[in-house]
Amino acid sequence: MTGTPRAEPKESNRSPTRTGMRLIVPLQGIVQGRGGLILGSLIPCTLFYFLQFYLKRHRSPPQNPPSRSTSAANLSELQRSSSRANLLARGSTGRAHVSARVSSIAKPNDSPYYIGLDRVREDPYDEMGNPDGVIQLGLSENRLSLDLIEEWLSKNCTDSILGVGGDALGINGIATYQPMDGLMEFKVAMADFMTEVMERKVSFDPSRVVVTSGATPALEILSFCLADHGNAFLVPAPYYPGFDRDIRWRAGVELIPVHCRSCDNFTLSITALEQAFNQARKRGQKVRGILISNPANPVGNMLNKDLLYDLLDFARERNIHIISDEIFAGSTYGNEEFVSMAEIADSEDADKDRVHIIYGLSKDFSIPGFRVGVIYSFNKSVLAASRKLTRFSSVSTATQHLLVSMLSDKRFIQEYLKTNKQRIRSMYDLFVAGLRELGVECTKSSGGLYCWVDLSRLISPYNEKGELDLWDKLLNRAKLNVTPGSACHCIEPGWFRFCFTTLNEKEIPLVMERMRKVVESCKPSV
Amino acid sequence: MTIEIERPSVGLSKVAVSETHCEKSPYFAGWRAYDENPYDELCNPSGVIQMGLAENQVSLDLVEKYLQKPADNGSTTVGFRENALFQDYHGLQAFRKAMASFMEQIRGGRAKFDPDRVVITAGATAANELLTFILADPGDAMLIPTPYYPGFDRDLRWRTGANIVPVHCDSSNDFDITPEALEAAYREAESKNIKVRGMLITNPSNPLGITIKRSTLEDILDFVTRKNIHLVSDEIFSGSAFSSEDFVSVAEIVEARNYEDSERVHIVYSLSKDLGLPGFRVGTIYSYNDKVVTTARRMSSFTLISSQTQHLLALMLSDKSFTENYIKTNRQRLKKRYQKIIDGLKGVGIECLRGNAGLFCWMNLSSLLEKPTKEQELALWKLILHEVKINISPGSSCHCSEPGWFRVCFANMSEQTLEVALRRIHEFMDRRNNVKSFDVYSSDQLFSS
Repeated sequence: MTGTPRAEPKESNRSPTRTGMRLIVPLQGIVQGRGGLILGSLIPCTLFYFLQFYLKRHRSPPQNPPSRSTSAANLSELQRSSSRANLLARGSTGRAHVSARVSSIAKPNDSPYYIGLDRVREDPYDEMGNPDGVIQLGLSENRLSLDLIEEWLSKNCTDSILGVGGDALGINGIATYQPMDGLMEFKVAMADFMTEVMERKVSFDPSRVVVTSGATPALEILSFCLADHGNAFLVPAPYYPGFDRDIRWRAGVELIPVHCRSCDNFTLSITALEQAFNQARKRGQKVRGILISNPANPVGNMLNKDLLYDLLDFARERNIHIISDEIFAGSTYGNEEFVSMAEIADSEDADKDRVHIIYGLSKDFSIPGFRVGVIYSFNKSVLAASRKLTRFSSVSTATQHLLVSMLSDKRFIQEYLKTNKQRIRSMYDLFVAGLRELGVECTKSSGGLYCWVDLSRLISPYNEKGELDLWDKLLNRAKLNVTPGSACHCIEPGWFRFCFTTLNEKEIPLVMERMRKVVESCKPSV
Repeated sequence: MTIEIERPSVGLSKVAVSETHCEKSPYFAGWRAYDENPYDELCNPSGVIQMGLAENQVSLDLVEKYLQKPADNGSTTVGFRENALFQDYHGLQAFRKAMASFMEQIRGGRAKFDPDRVVITAGATAANELLTFILADPGDAMLIPTPYYPGFDRDLRWRTGANIVPVHCDSSNDFDITPEALEAAYREAESKNIKVRGMLITNPSNPLGITIKRSTLEDILDFVTRKNIHLVSDEIFSGSAFSSEDFVSVAEIVEARNYEDSERVHIVYSLSKDLGLPGFRVGTIYSYNDKVVTTARRMSSFTLISSQTQHLLALMLSDKSFTENYIKTNRQRLKKRYQKIIDGLKGVGIECLRGNAGLFCWMNLSSLLEKPTKEQELALWKLILHEVKINISPGSSCHCSEPGWFRVCFANMSEQTLEVALRRIHEFMDRRNNVKSFDVYSSDQLFSS
């Protein structure tokens, strides 16, 4: 996700309590000598409140109206509606209250993940127009195979403005309300596509498909269905920074990281999972599920069959859910085979009710702009609830029709998936080799659109601050936007996610050249 | 013999099991009856005619013509790459500009809209929920004048945990919203220790089919300012007012007041009604409050419109020759359709509220009720559904405090179908009148389903 275009000014530091304190403290000093500590505080405070009360009763009508401001240029201070704030409000009406969620959502981005995306927006690299701009390596977007889709469109598009599918669509396809959870033919097309992506090792059932406007709302809807506000999910860390937003913002579900380590190649360990679960229980936090991403983001490794079975056992023993975000399932490039949680659920006779899968077309099919996500669940009640909730996050029928045509062209899809994987593989090989020449190593990974790079010996000190210093150097000096591990809640400092599918092959030497300068300028920590 | 051990099933959240989706309401139950036995002129002439869904099909031919014309620049492939990758929650600038200008056109240029204040969402349903998430904490309330669109019970409350406190309106003054009613509702909330955070009005009103008077809008704006709460104006039917001059948008009032205190005002719009394109899932929030705009933008990550759709609509909505003609023609056709149904109903002695907007009329059947109760109203609704085979929406599902009112949609069908519906209503009323004069059947039998 790209962020906001303009810099947002920091919120004012002035707060009602601070002004109040400035009045009370000197007063306390005066009274304290006479009346002791309690009276010394009580009397000035009482006087203070009476003063405010008097002022409020005799306040003049409001003065100048707020000037019409342009978006983002004039962030107003959040007005709390406590009585204290009302006493000190300027004008007889303060600003109308907004919900408690707003302050954390509206505040300027402080995560390097989002700051980096903003910087690229402001100063994007362009071979001709802006050769010194920031190169985007911080967004897991796949530009390698868009030409294949473009080619298909130009061959199959009708002349009409709706393009392909316009005729099949007919005006009634868009002129009437359609099921919010997706047209039947689109669910069939998505189920077939998922089956193809996972190499037909499992067959996806269209009646278990719920369509949403992207994987982001798919995850949010599942969070709303599986957990109450204040409950928690266990998440192997490092994890995709967006989870913090998708799951916490409105669904209010907490994320408890289960730290993975480089010595294990950042593979999830059931022991660590158990520890995290038990600690949560001691704290009184109710864990409702485990959220895994497979292939993993940001590390790029895959969970093997044994681990998936172990996870299902773990979930079963504690009667919790498993959400498997498999959005990169078709973007594998290693020699390992991808195993979907659906395969595990299929093989068990019972207990599928706790398994839910998230998918979408943003990564494997390179069209994040089209906003297509899928919830795939074996649980009828979850499906029923999710379907109703898709009304808040639905996909336009025009888009669905266009995609049905595309996805039903089986030969094209198979060709696309195969070629796409090959191209990701080539880029990965070139990229990793380029880094290796600089003495920089990556974790062995086999899926995703990125690699997990070890720059730990380049940071100083060996902690989060050192890591962020290096990130800053990479962003502002080398003009490379990469994602630091701390933004992904990685417990070991010095790891960075580099996405390589936003580049073309010619750009790799340029990236490596810029990296080289940074690598050489950093003394390896002794 | 094996002993079956009942394994506890894995738990779901309160949201998942709650009934706040309201699908048991007669409003939605009627849709199901229609789905099971839908009217079709040729294949199922005795099926249920759907008059409970506010869809606009009267001007579809204009949209159809536009959408099927040859794209002059191969628009589907040109810009494909940018569209494919574009997932910025700011939305395509061209689309925001086009929406802002379309909204200005609908208001006859009487209000200006800044594209930078337009936030995109996948439908007005998402826009209303999103605003509620922003303006209210769980347990807080929004005031809504009754009768109101039944979907609000779900959209504003389900995931947000917010409440709705009704502002009661009645036929004594044509359901106008009075300052007394506003104060009464606010006091009621206070007495229950519920914090009111804002007011949501639908203008033109659903289900009433009338535009809100300018003086009432002024009163409402004064009220929300006095109470220091927000005002959300859902103007989704603004392009469906039968004449442009009849509709006054809260945007006009805000401008007339020189944007004083405008930070509490937010407008919701969508293309589902005016343009008859609900399938596109296009909604917008227009807010005069910067913080709300910023927050809404970020939250819209959960409900973005596909860039392909944005691109297409940007082209369509910035085509002034298309939009001017569409808006004008649509208004004329809706007015004509409204007149037809009003006359048809009057012919059998059924009165409606005098409407001037929307895709429906507000019909008064209170004289058909033995007793003015909700139960009698629902019994009549069921009778009409099963005997007359017409699905209309009972006022109680819209929280109307007076029993006997029904919302009847007229724009989601062809003229022929409307005639069939009117004929059925004629026959129903004839039967009733004959029965009354003979006094053979008891009223209980009449109203049993």
